[in-house]
Amino acid sequence: MSAFFSPFISKSESVAQIMLKVLIALIPGIALYVWCFGPAILISIALASITALATETVMLKLRKRPVAPFLKDNSALLTAWLLALSIPPLAPWWLVVVGTAFSIAIAKQLYGGLGSNPFNPAMIGYAVLIISFPVQMTQWLAPHGLGQSELSFVEQLGYIFSSVLPDGIKLDAVTMATPLDTLKTQLHLAHPVEKILTQPIFGYLAGKGSEIVAFGFLLGGLYLLAVRIISWHLPVAFLSTLFIVAGIFHLADPAHYVAPLFHLLSGAAILGAFFILTDPISSPTTPTGKLIFAAGAGLLTYLIRVFGGFPDGVAFATLLMNICVPLIDTYTQPKVFGKKDKKSGGNGSPT
Amino acid sequence: MTKLYSFHGGVHPPSNKSQSTRTPIALAALPGKLVIPFHQHVGNIAKPLVKKGDRVLKGQLIGAPEDAVSSAIHASTSGTIAEIGMQIVAHASGLPDLCVTLIPDGKDEWINHQGMDYRSADESDIRLALRMAGVVGLGGAVFPSDLKLRVGKRKIKTLILNGAECEPYISCDDMLMRERAEEIVRGAEVIRHVLDAEQVLIGIEDNKPQAIAAMQRAASTSHDKMEVITIPTIYPGGGAKQLIRVLTGIEVAAGVRSTEKGVQCFNVATAQSVYRAVQFGEPLLSRIVTVAGNVTHPQNFEALIGTPLNELLALAGVLPDTDHYIMGGPMMGVVLPGATVSVVKSTNCVIAASDNLFPPPPAAMPCIRCTRCADVCPAELQPQDLYWFAKAKEFGKAQEYNLFDCIECGACSYVCPSHIPLVQYYRFAKSEIWARESEKNAADSARERFEFRSHRIEREKQERAEKLAVKEKAALAAKQPVVADMTQAAAPAADTNRITPDPIQEKIQAAIDRAKLQAVMVNPRNTVQLTAQQQAEIAEIEARRARIREHAQSEVEHHPKE
Repeated sequence: MSAFFSPFISKSESVAQIMLKVLIALIPGIALYVWCFGPAILISIALASITALATETVMLKLRKRPVAPFLKDNSALLTAWLLALSIPPLAPWWLVVVGTAFSIAIAKQLYGGLGSNPFNPAMIGYAVLIISFPVQMTQWLAPHGLGQSELSFVEQLGYIFSSVLPDGIKLDAVTMATPLDTLKTQLHLAHPVEKILTQPIFGYLAGKGSEIVAFGFLLGGLYLLAVRIISWHLPVAFLSTLFIVAGIFHLADPAHYVAPLFHLLSGAAILGAFFILTDPISSPTTPTGKLIFAAGAGLLTYLIRVFGGFPDGVAFATLLMNICVPLIDTYTQPKVFGKKDKKSGGNGSPT
Repeated sequence: MTKLYSFHGGVHPPSNKSQSTRTPIALAALPGKLVIPFHQHVGNIAKPLVKKGDRVLKGQLIGAPEDAVSSAIHASTSGTIAEIGMQIVAHASGLPDLCVTLIPDGKDEWINHQGMDYRSADESDIRLALRMAGVVGLGGAVFPSDLKLRVGKRKIKTLILNGAECEPYISCDDMLMRERAEEIVRGAEVIRHVLDAEQVLIGIEDNKPQAIAAMQRAASTSHDKMEVITIPTIYPGGGAKQLIRVLTGIEVAAGVRSTEKGVQCFNVATAQSVYRAVQFGEPLLSRIVTVAGNVTHPQNFEALIGTPLNELLALAGVLPDTDHYIMGGPMMGVVLPGATVSVVKSTNCVIAASDNLFPPPPAAMPCIRCTRCADVCPAELQPQDLYWFAKAKEFGKAQEYNLFDCIECGACSYVCPSHIPLVQYYRFAKSEIWARESEKNAADSARERFEFRSHRIEREKQERAEKLAVKEKAALAAKQPVVADMTQAAAPAADTNRITPDPIQEKIQAAIDRAKLQAVMVNPRNTVQLTAQQQAEIAEIEARRARIREHAQSEVEHHPKE
């Protein structure tokens, strides 16, 4: 027997298909990541994926929920990929496992699983890791041609799983701070922005390598906009706020505040705008609410980056704005059909 | 070219209309028996006028309208009344209703009938004629048409004829417009005349080019200011409020009558039956029914009211794997209790359904707040929030979020990636609120009755005491006639007693007033001053409540803690 109540037909795009499209949209960015920084990121993604699915299974069983439909919804994989992309690729294996397990078990399943998490699970995982393991979380791979030495895929694999580097190579030789981190440290040493940006770690607009990866994520983000999985409100409000705030500071004092495009293409700004803030579960539902939420996240990202203690601010900005979602939704309820205002409800005729 | 407006949201389900428009409207053969329910319209059930064994003529009144909101019921053909009793009717509840079973004699012999010249007739006579002809809204609402022709204070500027027919599968209006455009236009003229509307706009979706052409030809013969307007095909563009918005830009909020905004809207088939009723005095005895879905020859039939559906289905060649029947379209239709029920005035379409045609939805997943539902909601609601409130039984919150503005079009459920039966949750919440409301009203009136009774007992006690006092004084006066001035002194005292309000009575009255005020204050929004149509909806939904609860329960059990 079919459904007993109308409607009897439906447009068949499932949650799993939506999540799959988001995963597909991450691929250009990941491909450019591999091209610029080597294949180590693929190891992190694989590790995170396996951990996420395993944790999801255990938690669903503990919660006495059906396992198969929720494993197949691809949401755990998405969390895993986003977290893996936020962790240095050469991080030890247990770092990825701990972060992913925390994301899935605590931030997602303990709150009620799919659809019930008030915070972005991947960002919770990231926050736990950067607070608990700040050293490991800041040893980023140098892009091709910048490190003193480069590791082969097998050597990277060896380091991730046993923390052993080939004879004669030190960790410092293959890793470095992120461009945002470098900028911050150098500004503390009272170097002007102009001079800092001449260092080899910086590329055309932002960090060498990372600016190219950002374009990959931008491409995927535009795909998500085109297939209407995300709405324009979040990326547009986030990126434009970040751009405007950075622009104001830059115009006021270019020696101390880097150009706005640098901010857009650094760190997790593009990834955050299209893939992290857009998590529907932990973001507002109303159009106005989305604009407020993303603009707030853009402002906080800038403030944390420039005045805070962490190199990037996207994760904390997202989490802080996640807290505000119920409030934002409550106060941004749109007017319904026929009740927009007394006048237009009375007569919408142009003549 | 008229400027068109758009409404928010909407969806584009596959139309599946072309299958049933390949052949002209076929006249369904006279069935072996007709089962005609007395309640086919919004409002009060018609009062039976015939008894078992009576011979009736085609068009004879067999059920008289009762009270203001009601409509007449007629014998669809000549024959003998075989039975008057409760039978299962074409309604989702599956509950029986009072019906007459008519065995046709095959002569199809008309009762005397004659039309009127509507231009010279009194408007109230036209309304009465329509009421007695059983003309009701044929778009599915079956609201008595005569009531929609009552002109209020506000002048009607625009009469809209609804030929949008946005629901998939249904093509009865399309075929009617193709074949009987002239009659529709003549009917529109009658309606325009009564309403004294300035203009007539006929809205037809652009997926019906033949109907548009036919209607344009017919409209060009009219002396009225009449325009056929092609509107984009989008569901639910045929909803009255949506069509009014598209054609005029006016938004009619929930609970507001379109006439208050100077617009009145009629379905094209209703206009045609208005014409037949006024011009020829013909009651509404038949309608066009689309038979589609799991049949070999999907097509439209002109079927007598009361024709058993299985006769139509047999004519269309129903396929063996059909396991249920839907009345209406796949977006808003209802599952029928079976194919034995008969065609009623609201039967615009019957879909033979199978799991192949409408696969059972996959198990519902949790809501991921993707807001696709909000994106498509024509009422501009936040369905994801309403779902949450309905599920948590936070009915007050649901009302605050405009639950009663939901038109149950099903667009939200249609796009939900989690396959949540959203509309079902809203129906559940609405029926719960209505049930609580009527329980509260019952309790209120019980309390009022009690208070009034206590008040009355108190008053009677007092009156008795007063009478006794007067009697005693009279007796006293009779005994002692000499002290007349004493009784004279007492009399004004008794008078003042009567004039000064009794403190007890005052208190009781104050309590009653307080209770009344409270009752007014706590009345949930949207449930006061229900229209007859809403009351009919309440009745309908209440009948479904048991099953709805069951359904919601199983849903909750599926995800116990969600």
